[in-house]
Amino acid sequence: MVRPYALTRGRTLPSGGASFGLIDVVVATSARVPEHFRPGPEHRRILSLCRRPTPIVDLTSEIDLPLGVVRVLLGDLTSEGLVRVLSTQKQPANDQRLLRMVLDGLESL
Amino acid sequence: MDLNHSNGTPSTAKILVSGGFGVGKTTLVGAISEIRPLRTEEPMSDRSVGIDDTRGVSAKTTTTVAMDFGRISFASQLVLYLFGTPGQERFWFMWDDLAIGAIGAVVLADTRRVADCFASIDYFESNGIPFIIAVNCFDAAPRFEPDDIRIALSLGPGVPIVLCDARERDSVKQVLVSLVRYVMSDSSRTNQMSIG
Repeated sequence: MVRPYALTRGRTLPSGGASFGLIDVVVATSARVPEHFRPGPEHRRILSLCRRPTPIVDLTSEIDLPLGVVRVLLGDLTSEGLVRVLSTQKQPANDQRLLRMVLDGLESL
Repeated sequence: MDLNHSNGTPSTAKILVSGGFGVGKTTLVGAISEIRPLRTEEPMSDRSVGIDDTRGVSAKTTTTVAMDFGRISFASQLVLYLFGTPGQERFWFMWDDLAIGAIGAVVLADTRRVADCFASIDYFESNGIPFIIAVNCFDAAPRFEPDDIRIALSLGPGVPIVLCDARERDSVKQVLVSLVRYVMSDSSRTNQMSIG
């Protein structure tokens, strides 16, 4: 077993002060990996899993690493321009369109 | 929120399911959604500080915790997540993470132990998160009128109280529908404003 934060070289917070909400959606960009950046195997797994837009909670569940570790790795990837956050949820209670979608969805079950 | 359906970006929403230990949170989530595992961390407790010397490693040391969440995907590219709030005190640190961006919360109550949901109600009230009370009707539990429960929980008149069977998918669906309708209505906003 590898200690989870060994993968982040002991860092417990994403670089650049980035914050990643549980249900924020991220996607890999098609940017080339910069010369100075050496992605680890977990960085590569994340890039491969978010070739399609993926909510962070699903990514974390799939990759089977602790959420905090995934956030640090995502911070590395976004600061290198390799991953982009597509959507974030801040004030869903004021988002009538989203609420209507959820209501319609639930009622269709 | 930046939505672009042409490239398949899902819309995401989450609802919290809260309440005391053993009240049926996991049952409720499992009745309506696909259960998925999630690994997270908890800060190392004060008790272990001094035993495990973590100076110079990181200001925040953690141990891994396993939890579950529920996932419902809809044809409209919407994914709804259901997160049970962890019950024990040592997991309070997780609540803010779970609560940010949540539509609202279902507080599951057992009429035999109504006091068990006070902590949840306090949290949602003080954080301005709309919530409803769902009374899980256990077979052996005494039945009360919603108004009695409202008094027992010191709830304002606007907070919906619904009866449910956390094992039944249709019942759980009605609970979630009630929450979303409540959040869409003006009354939840009025209740939230009255808190501050």
